[in-house]
Amino acid sequence: MTSNSRKDGNENQVRKHIIAFIVEDRPGVMARVTGLIRRRNFNITQISVARTQIENYTRMTFVVQGDSRTLEQAIKQLRKQVEVLKVSELKPQTSVVRELALIKVKSPDVNARNEIIQYINIFRGNIIDISPTSLICEITGDSEKIDAFLKLMNSFGVIEVARTGITALVRGSEARPKIPETPYLDYV
Amino acid sequence: MTETTGCDKKVPFMKGAKVIAESLKREKVKNIFGITGGAIMILYDALQEYEKAGELNNILCRHEQVAAHAAEGYARASGEVGVCMATSGPGATNLVTGIADAWMDSSSVVALTGQVATSLIGGDAFQEADIIGITMPIVKSSFQIRRVKDIPLIIKMAFQLARTGRPGPVLVDLPKDIQVGEDEVYFYEGELEIAGYNPNIKGHPLQIKRAAKALLEAERPLIIAGGGVTASNASPELIELVEMLGIPVVTTLMGKGTIPEDHPYCLGMVGMHGKMCANLNINKADVILAVGMRFDDRVTADLTTFLTESKIIHIDIDSAEISKNVLVDYPIVGDAKTVLRQLIEGLKTLITSSSSNSDKKTAWQKRIKEMREACDCLEEYEPVTPIKPQYIMKELQKVLDDDSIVVTGVGRNQMWAAHHLRIRKPRRFISSGGLGTMGFGFPASLGAKVAKPDSWVVDVDGDGSFLMTHQDLATSFVENIPVTVIILDDRSLGMVRQWQSLFFEKRFVETDLGTVPDFVKITEAYGLEGIRIENPSEIGPALREAKKADHTVVIDIAVDKNENVFPMVPAGGSTDQPIPCEPWPRRYKK
Ligand SMILES: Cc1cc2nc3c(=O)[nH]c(=O)nc-3n(C[C@H](O)[C@H](O)[C@H](O)COP(=O)(O)OP(=O)(O)OC[C@H]3O[C@@H](n4cnc5c(N)ncnc54)[C@H](O)[C@@H]3O)c2cc1C
Ligand SMILES: Cc1ncc(C[n+]2csc(CCOP(=O)(O)OP(=O)(O)O)c2C)c(N)n1
Repeated sequence: MTSNSRKDGNENQVRKHIIAFIVEDRPGVMARVTGLIRRRNFNITQISVARTQIENYTRMTFVVQGDSRTLEQAIKQLRKQVEVLKVSELKPQTSVVRELALIKVKSPDVNARNEIIQYINIFRGNIIDISPTSLICEITGDSEKIDAFLKLMNSFGVIEVARTGITALVRGSEARPKIPETPYLDYV
Repeated sequence: MTETTGCDKKVPFMKGAKVIAESLKREKVKNIFGITGGAIMILYDALQEYEKAGELNNILCRHEQVAAHAAEGYARASGEVGVCMATSGPGATNLVTGIADAWMDSSSVVALTGQVATSLIGGDAFQEADIIGITMPIVKSSFQIRRVKDIPLIIKMAFQLARTGRPGPVLVDLPKDIQVGEDEVYFYEGELEIAGYNPNIKGHPLQIKRAAKALLEAERPLIIAGGGVTASNASPELIELVEMLGIPVVTTLMGKGTIPEDHPYCLGMVGMHGKMCANLNINKADVILAVGMRFDDRVTADLTTFLTESKIIHIDIDSAEISKNVLVDYPIVGDAKTVLRQLIEGLKTLITSSSSNSDKKTAWQKRIKEMREACDCLEEYEPVTPIKPQYIMKELQKVLDDDSIVVTGVGRNQMWAAHHLRIRKPRRFISSGGLGTMGFGFPASLGAKVAKPDSWVVDVDGDGSFLMTHQDLATSFVENIPVTVIILDDRSLGMVRQWQSLFFEKRFVETDLGTVPDFVKITEAYGLEGIRIENPSEIGPALREAKKADHTVVIDIAVDKNENVFPMVPAGGSTDQPIPCEPWPRRYKK
């Protein structure tokens, strides 16, 4: 992006941003949204998507890398999509942020297994499947916690990992982004 | 579903194609530009009934790109939605350039495309193209109808989206089985409430107040009027504001005609090939009011030297345009017409309480007036051979009336027309600005003529541009759409040639078009009148005759290919430092 030099502050620093948005649950919405972000040359590092408490509305949470001015532009562009109802940037300081990871790790003998179980307990995770030589556990937390846990597991041998990408809510009693009350138009 | 407000009429089982036709009628669609094919012929079949009843007119084009450009020309000349239609696969992909053009220039176009049956979609069926996917980045919105009962709602949404807010193209994809199938349907009345779509119309009162104060206190105010002023029909408000405060105006290419270009405060077009008086003053202003324009790089040139000293007020209906390229001081998101009215009202209360005109402002107005007069150079061009393109503009200007519509090709032809012609009303100058699509001119002129049959429509075109879509001379003949085409025939891709001569040490690579075709013969082959002119004295009479003609006339004028368009702000240069046109240093000695 070109910028007018006279007024530009330090808005050009590339940072990690969390954006949450409410979209209508219709085919093709994901393609529209990611297409817009791609055009702005942002790298989307995490995506999580699922229904909300209200029928026909989906919440998407993206983590993107970029500078804040370009991000602001991308958000404005996202808002223009008819299927996108509300978009907010969520600041990590004022939000709760969680990610779920499923990790399959080697546990060849009893010693290894016991040691892994201890770590899982410390990280408040759960074992959800066990085979004679491996186990699957789940860990929830912010991304840094999961990274730290994975680092510990590496010494046993991580077979595979599935992470959801973060999801987040703003702290306090308000909803952000808020689902508007305009009636949903019935078409597919 | 029961009868609720919004749904005026429940219609028992109706065939999809008929529902589409009925929906189009309800949107007051009068003309559709298109080409039929296997996946859209069902709809065409249903439209016949409406055509017979005189409610609708199908215009069969010879290329879908033409249909899309014609729909855009129609939209821009009339202010209504232009409609184009094509079959699936190749028909739909041929529309793409036209859709992209409408997107870049924010034109209200609805594109209807046939599609293979829903059961076949995704399987590479015969003539299947994922047109929704292909056009996603170049439409305001798009829909694929998957249930007959959704047709009225989706067509209504499509038109509402294309027409309102920041206008733009909307695509509706119509699978074959939807056209054939039947269902109970409901037709909606009035505007739809769309949750994710709420264009802001009124400007924020506080910002209006601040902006009004800044304008009033300005010593060297300047307005930049763009395509958004045209879109919102805000010319009366623009002119009122200009006259109220005595503010000079420059326009973008898309804003041409929003203020009469012979108005004492109108400086004409700004930007790469803008008027010297516009470019040399824009950076001198202390307060800029930019309205319905998007600070395109053809306007701003080098951003680091653009408007560094001025306070900027920016009115735009699209908040994403605010501070996109240029950071502004007073952002006002809203409709140009509404906001300008608010500004005028705000100023009225301010003016009574403080005096407005300072000496400094008078000096500014005087400077502007002198420079503006110095720019009035068209008179200097004489009837010499080889013919100067500027001389053609001089002759054309004499024949144009206020309601004539000038459409252009892309390249030097476009810039000569934009630079020299004085357009006096909005929607009378139609050009491909954002995409710069060669081949746009002639089809758009057909669309404009269909929209405004009583206006003389003139396409000022380049030989290269015209050749890209000239096959629709057939449409002009068969559908009886008479326009005048003026080809500035330099037998080259002139604009690129100009860059080669300025920046590539005259290495003229792949810009020579050779000696063919014979444009007179081509035109005659389509049953129309072609004229070749090499003698400048024949230009005026030929134009006057063409204006009277009841058929399309193609006037092929041999022009000097070595004549370049100036002034020119080279890419990356500063608006302040254009390469001047030849008359300027003589005419303005300061
Ligand atoms: C060869 C060539 C040379 C060119 N040279 C020049 C040149 O010298 N000078 C020049 O100006 N251009 C030139 N152009 C055109 C240029 O590329 C841009 O298309 C043009 O400058 C854009 O005009 P605009 O800013 O008025 O915006 P448009 O593209 O017309 O956009 C309209 C703006 O108005 C807003 N808007 C829409 N509706 C409303 C409403 N109701 N209320 C408020 N706002 C609204 C939109 O959101 C948008 O921001 C050239 C093009 C070509 C091909
Ligand atoms: C479809 C398309 N292809 C290529 C270009 C690049 N281009 C811009 S101007 C130009 C030359 C135009 O030639 P012509 O139509 O003869 O007009 P002239 O400049 O000679 O008046 C070209 C090739 C374009 N704008 N559009």
